[in-house]
Amino acid sequence: MSQLTTNYLTPTGREEAWRFTPLKKLSGIHDLEVSVADNISLFAKSDLPKGVSLTTPNTSDHPPAYAASDIVTNRVRKEAKKTTLITIADNTEIAEPIFLKRKCGPTAEVSRAVIQVGVNSRATVVIENNGAGKLGEEIEISLAAGSSLNFITLQEWDLNSVHLAQHHAIIGKDAQFNSYVVSIGGSTVRISPTVEYTGMGASAEMYGVYFATDEQHLEHRIHVNHSVPNTKSRVNYKGALAGKGAHTVWIGDVYINKGAEGTDTYELNRNLLLTDGARADSVPNLEIETGEIVGAGHASTTGRFDDEQLFYLQSRGIPADIARRLVIRGFFAEIISKLKSEEIEERLMNRIESELSRVGE
Amino acid sequence: MSVLEIKNLQVSVITEAGNKEILRGVDLTIKSGETHAIMGPNGSGKSTLAYSIAGHPKYLITGGSVTLDGNDVLEMSVDERAKAGLFLAMQYPVEVPGVSVSNFLRTAVTAIRGEAPKVRTWVGEVKEAMASLNIDTAFSERNVNEGFSGGEKKRHEILQMELLRPKIAILDETDSGLDVDALRIVSEGVNRVKANSDLGVMLITHYTRILRYIKPDFVHVFANGKIVEEGGPELADKLEEQGYAAYITA
Repeated sequence: MSQLTTNYLTPTGREEAWRFTPLKKLSGIHDLEVSVADNISLFAKSDLPKGVSLTTPNTSDHPPAYAASDIVTNRVRKEAKKTTLITIADNTEIAEPIFLKRKCGPTAEVSRAVIQVGVNSRATVVIENNGAGKLGEEIEISLAAGSSLNFITLQEWDLNSVHLAQHHAIIGKDAQFNSYVVSIGGSTVRISPTVEYTGMGASAEMYGVYFATDEQHLEHRIHVNHSVPNTKSRVNYKGALAGKGAHTVWIGDVYINKGAEGTDTYELNRNLLLTDGARADSVPNLEIETGEIVGAGHASTTGRFDDEQLFYLQSRGIPADIARRLVIRGFFAEIISKLKSEEIEERLMNRIESELSRVGE
Repeated sequence: MSVLEIKNLQVSVITEAGNKEILRGVDLTIKSGETHAIMGPNGSGKSTLAYSIAGHPKYLITGGSVTLDGNDVLEMSVDERAKAGLFLAMQYPVEVPGVSVSNFLRTAVTAIRGEAPKVRTWVGEVKEAMASLNIDTAFSERNVNEGFSGGEKKRHEILQMELLRPKIAILDETDSGLDVDALRIVSEGVNRVKANSDLGVMLITHYTRILRYIKPDFVHVFANGKIVEEGGPELADKLEEQGYAAYITA
């Protein structure tokens, strides 16, 4: 495969994987000529509950568990001398979410993390990416048999931040991986949530919300690899865009390999264009090598703001700006309400609304 | 006492192929407590009249005036018209995904009344209004008009009218798509609001059926973009027997 040869070379922008991304805005995270700092940037926000540990061993002691095709992922693996290791012991149920915060330095840097969920354990991990940062990141997540993880990443970066990441989940037998990616801040954010399955009955639900305004580039590249029988995936990403130069990219690659009989997959991407001058690229891609499946489908829609909804709300006395906010809130509610945290929900909607009110200024 | 005064109203619909004249000089005055039935064949411009008064952006006012208690309605934004006391019950209420009925009602009532309703009294007020329209309370948690049946949509329109307490309500083919039971419930709702608030009603309909439940004081026959005949309730009986054929000119 000729693609592999580029996995360790600085992309030029002509590669399929990089054709949408504004390379000039990446602060050199992708550019092997530009040096990157090796910082530990991920910290627990408060004391960790019993059964959960966070340590920073040498990366060489926790080598990658899968082959990466992404240049940034490979660079992170090479540059990050330490790996942030989060483990959840076997047979442990953590009711409260485990919050992790990010603290980046002033220059481009890399971060590698490994999250291991033990047999039959259940937990929720929330990573809050905010403030200033120029981050290249890899997170490798493994779910042991019968475990369940809600994995939430919130990109609430300052408007000049850059974030390039791969979040790869390896899902064991009868394990359930739920991923929630929310990208609102940052000048350029490019996240690749990827999953693979190692045991039957494994399942992934992958949800995303993104909101891009003036000159912001938000890219999400989902890759689901069904390679063992009887696994399931659901993907649902919703994005809204407002302002000149707002650009979002959604790639949804789902592969059903020859041996993956009984696969059940559906992926969906919806984009809402709130103003002229914004652009949403949406590319669903389904490759099927066996016909013995439960179901496989995808849908992608990109539409304009519905003026009839606005008229209906206004005709009930609701002023245009509040009506617009209600409709946008409603558009995202389907996914944001799944976070099951009123505090986060409120914070995200407030951020979206404040950015919306700034559009075009 | 409120008065909605429509004088020589001329309206075109804005389409990609150009503007098309629909209303050709409508004169109509509706006062508090009065019920005016606007009856006419399909395509005569009845709905255009309703939507123009509410301020839908698809329509272009080319002449005439609309005032509510002397205030120029045509100068107002859509929400200002609602705040001034106008209400349009739509023939095809719009779905608003992700916005719950309870959130919608509360936001609308807050906008119209100028302050958020008191939580304690508000819950009871909504419950009572819903009960009288035979609406299940679980309805509050559903998204506005999403997946509603035809009858549910119309009852939801009347529920809003009860809570928003307009001065003048325009009911655009509220009877369409309703079975007998739903028509009775919706009509009772309208009559209840009328009895409680001296509401003025413009009742737009194609059929005389709803007039058995909501008694009009005046009947106006609408054809080819204007009112062509006016009378009392007896005019509706005549239409029932003879249809609109006499008013349609080739």
